[in-house]
Amino acid sequence: MSLLDRVRALLGDDAVEIAGGADAVPRVAPASPDAVALLLGTAREEGWRVRLEGAGTWLPADAPADLALTTRRLDRVPAVEPQDLSATAEAGIGCDLLRQQLADRGTWLALDPPGLAGRTLGSVVATATAGPLRHGFGAVRDHILGVTFVTGDGRLVQSGGRVVKNVAGYDLTKLEAGGFGAFGVIVLVHLRLRALPRADQTFVLAGTREDLTQVAEDVAAAGLQPAALELMSPALARRDGWALAVRLAGSAALVAAEEAGLRGASGGRFTALRAEEAHGFWMRAAESFATRPITFRTGGLPDSSDELLDLLQHQVGDEWVSASPGVGAIRWAGDTTVDRLRRLRRTLAGLEVPLTLERAPWPIRSAVGHFGAYREGVGPLVAGLRRTFDPGEAFVVAVEGSD
Amino acid sequence: MITPGLVEALTGIAGARHVRTAPAERLTYARDGLPTHRRVPAVVVLPGSRDELVAVVRLLAAHHVPFVPRGAGTGLSGGALADGAAVLLVLTRLNRILSLDPGNRVAVVEPGVVNVRLSAAAAAHGLHYAPDPSSQTACTIGGNVAENAGGPHCLKYGVTAQHVLALEVVLADGRIVELGSPGGEPWGPDVVGLFVGSEGNFGIATRIAVRLLPLPRAVRTLLAAFASLRAAGEAVSAVIASGIVPAALEMMDQSCIRAVEDSVYAAGYPRDAAAVLLVELDGHSDEAVAADTETVQELLSSHDAASIRVAADAGERERLWQGRKKAFGAMGRLSRDLVVQDAVVPRSALPDVLETIGRIAATYQVTVSNVFHAGDGNLHPNISFDARVPGLRTRVDAASTAIMEACVAVGGTITGEHGVGLDKLRYMPLIFDAESLAAMRAVRRVWDPEERVNPGKVVPVHACREWTGVRSVEWGVRSVASRDAPADSALRTPHSALDT
Ligand SMILES: Cc1cc2nc3c(=O)[nH]c(=O)nc-3n(C[C@H](O)[C@H](O)[C@@H](O)COP(=O)(O)OP(=O)(O)OC[C@H]3O[C@@H](n4cnc5c(N)ncnc54)[C@H](O)[C@@H]3O)c2cc1C
Ligand SMILES: Cc1cc2nc3c(=O)[nH]c(=O)nc-3n(C[C@H](O)[C@H](O)[C@H](O)COP(=O)(O)OP(=O)(O)OC[C@H]3O[C@@H](n4cnc5c(N)ncnc54)[C@H](O)[C@@H]3O)c2cc1C
Repeated sequence: MSLLDRVRALLGDDAVEIAGGADAVPRVAPASPDAVALLLGTAREEGWRVRLEGAGTWLPADAPADLALTTRRLDRVPAVEPQDLSATAEAGIGCDLLRQQLADRGTWLALDPPGLAGRTLGSVVATATAGPLRHGFGAVRDHILGVTFVTGDGRLVQSGGRVVKNVAGYDLTKLEAGGFGAFGVIVLVHLRLRALPRADQTFVLAGTREDLTQVAEDVAAAGLQPAALELMSPALARRDGWALAVRLAGSAALVAAEEAGLRGASGGRFTALRAEEAHGFWMRAAESFATRPITFRTGGLPDSSDELLDLLQHQVGDEWVSASPGVGAIRWAGDTTVDRLRRLRRTLAGLEVPLTLERAPWPIRSAVGHFGAYREGVGPLVAGLRRTFDPGEAFVVAVEGSD
Repeated sequence: MITPGLVEALTGIAGARHVRTAPAERLTYARDGLPTHRRVPAVVVLPGSRDELVAVVRLLAAHHVPFVPRGAGTGLSGGALADGAAVLLVLTRLNRILSLDPGNRVAVVEPGVVNVRLSAAAAAHGLHYAPDPSSQTACTIGGNVAENAGGPHCLKYGVTAQHVLALEVVLADGRIVELGSPGGEPWGPDVVGLFVGSEGNFGIATRIAVRLLPLPRAVRTLLAAFASLRAAGEAVSAVIASGIVPAALEMMDQSCIRAVEDSVYAAGYPRDAAAVLLVELDGHSDEAVAADTETVQELLSSHDAASIRVAADAGERERLWQGRKKAFGAMGRLSRDLVVQDAVVPRSALPDVLETIGRIAATYQVTVSNVFHAGDGNLHPNISFDARVPGLRTRVDAASTAIMEACVAVGGTITGEHGVGLDKLRYMPLIFDAESLAAMRAVRRVWDPEERVNPGKVVPVHACREWTGVRSVEWGVRSVASRDAPADSALRTPHSALDT
């Protein structure tokens, strides 16, 4: 039996979305977690190599594989609980659709990942791509209460749960959040929500990077706790100079007090954006990352942020850069070479700073790897964890590079 | 095997004073904070430095001897107990704060640093270490990392996992691994997050880098009394759903209130209330905190609070908190023995679950007092008893199990902060199927192939499905739920209460 016949027999005709695209890789869309498990169990027996796709907007679908597994039919939202500020959603739901369903119930997932609005929830969790809101609300993992995932040999595993505090068993959820799909296909996600903020205001200040870095420090020193404090390159902010964007979100009283604090800390230099302007500003910045072929993230101690930006500018350019200096996180987008990326990663590693390649065409991804230049003893651990969750090496994921 | 030669070698590393072999000395370490489990370790070693600790671990690796790390021994799940085949490694002498960087708001500590000491050191710079377990005057940061400890203020600031940036760990085989990065960005997959909460099963944390937070400039604390547990529970849900995130939102029931008021920690709680809520709001701006406090007061009033008292000054606030933080101690006076339980339910389920717990107490004729992190839905139903009364232990056990089952039935979990240890092993199959338990065990074996660090904890090995080799035949014929099937049957995983 051919691969496609086998898949059709297992999952039904409608599970095969594309019998063979331009690169002749058939795309299969299982309709349930059990179907994902069945497919991967079979892949293990048959030795098929599988690449994972969400909505197909973030990573280029160019990894060499026997079949592509897309989560896009896993798009239900079984539970939204405004009283508990939690929700359960399948991994293939688009972030935009999820956001709408949550807002209808007065709730909010405080994540603003880079990329197109229709990205799947699963891809955001798997790549742990947080956006500017990481300043106020933390990393992707801080919003995930639990996940159900399917291993490379078709085992359905749950970790965590749907309550906001939970220490039962080892926290495998942490491995899935940011594992780039190397440790399993995420099929179901339990989310920690927030109430939709009553007030949500964005302020922007344009200037030189040096000047804005100082303002950002002043804002932090004043004890302000904005939802986002983001330093953006001119191209990304669509301004003539660099931009420092501050987002305040919460109760009306909180936002009013923070706004007064912001005015005090900056000498009243920020301009407030109207609600639609603010929405457009953040959305365009997020989408801009999807227009460049390569993105990576890096992060050090807050006081090294400026130095890291200098280093990026010097080694790979800084046309498309967004940084949360308060938490030391930086995202870069653009075009560059394997050699430059490797060199940059080595330089950063010398400063005890990691570089995570988020997105690149397969030739670059496979050469550089999402991760690399590990600290002492981590390589063997990662290898062991991969063997555990994907013993047949079914998943085509460039965890580490080829150098 | 632990031979006289091995003990001699241990003595050579740590010094005779710090290797305890006499029965009376070892008995001191036979329990942790939970009275129901008792194990006497074969040998107790208290290394005086990281290098001594690493040398000890390498020696034990060479002899394939199991060992158990122990901090202050305040754990409440029997996690820090070692039996006669194992060596207990007590880490309280590794108690240096290695660095404190106020500009970047990070500190690096040895595992034996007592929680409250770190916050005291940070206070000089206007900072604090946010996770504040009620045991913070005794428990260690290493123990906090291993248990992923919480505390009253974790409602707003998050539990230990959200504050650990990087770790140095010595593995069972003596290898050193550096997890994470100094700024907190994961280096590769998030192995720091994976390690936190692993209850000593993945290795010993020898250096811990944590995030510090600015001390809030404005704080308001209020105490609201309720005539029923249900009303108090509903008020909790209302506050959570309002979008205001209090720094802390704690509940105590009447039995707990009276225990506190009868003790030296009397805080002026109303003795006739069925329950009180202790609510704290904090932040950067006084006006914002004042406005949020007003909103919370209105919510509490509209949910039938009989009285609301706002702490007038720092002294009164201190006293209100003292009562809460010493509540376990006060309850200890109610009876000879106390089992501190720990479970979590969705917050909207609190009113029903509190009533169910009341019914369980009546059925098994045991005294249950509740003092807990209500804002997180993290219950601590505590059972007071006298283990000498024939048959009572059995009833306490049965009541504990019934409470766990009730919490799981509403979508909750069996532990929110105290860990599984030995005590909760039997409840793990209530929330995880055999495949998921096997996955955990397989992950443990990546870190510790011989399962030698803290053996027998966390994962009930007998309940695991096998995790090797090729898929069994049954999988090939397993039916697949179709898209048209009812959502719940499509989502439910075998034996799981989690996803429904
Ligand atoms: C700017 C741009 C525009 C594009 N526009 C189109 C277009 O219009 N139409 C089109 O067909 N293609 C488009 N592509 C190509 C598109 O990237 C590929 O079609 C697509 O299939 C890539 O998808 P992905 O699923 O890997 O990405 P994502 O869904 O974003 O996934 C990203 C990563 O997450 C992992 N992952 C995703 N879901 C899970 C999960 N549930 N569990 C574990 N891991 C998971 C994946 O393995 C991958 O590592 C575009 C590409 C770019 C750069
Ligand atoms: C009165 C009282 C109140 C409490 N209140 C709270 C509370 O509010 N919130 C809360 O979360 N807990 C609370 N606890 C429980 C307990 O204090 C915490 O679990 C604490 O984190 C344990 O720290 P410890 O130093 O005492 O660890 P121990 O009890 O000594 O050890 C606990 C576990 O950690 C492991 N371990 C210790 N050090 C290391 C290390 N360096 N590396 C790896 N593993 C290690 C041990 O093997 C063991 O499994 C309370 C306990 C008491 C007695």
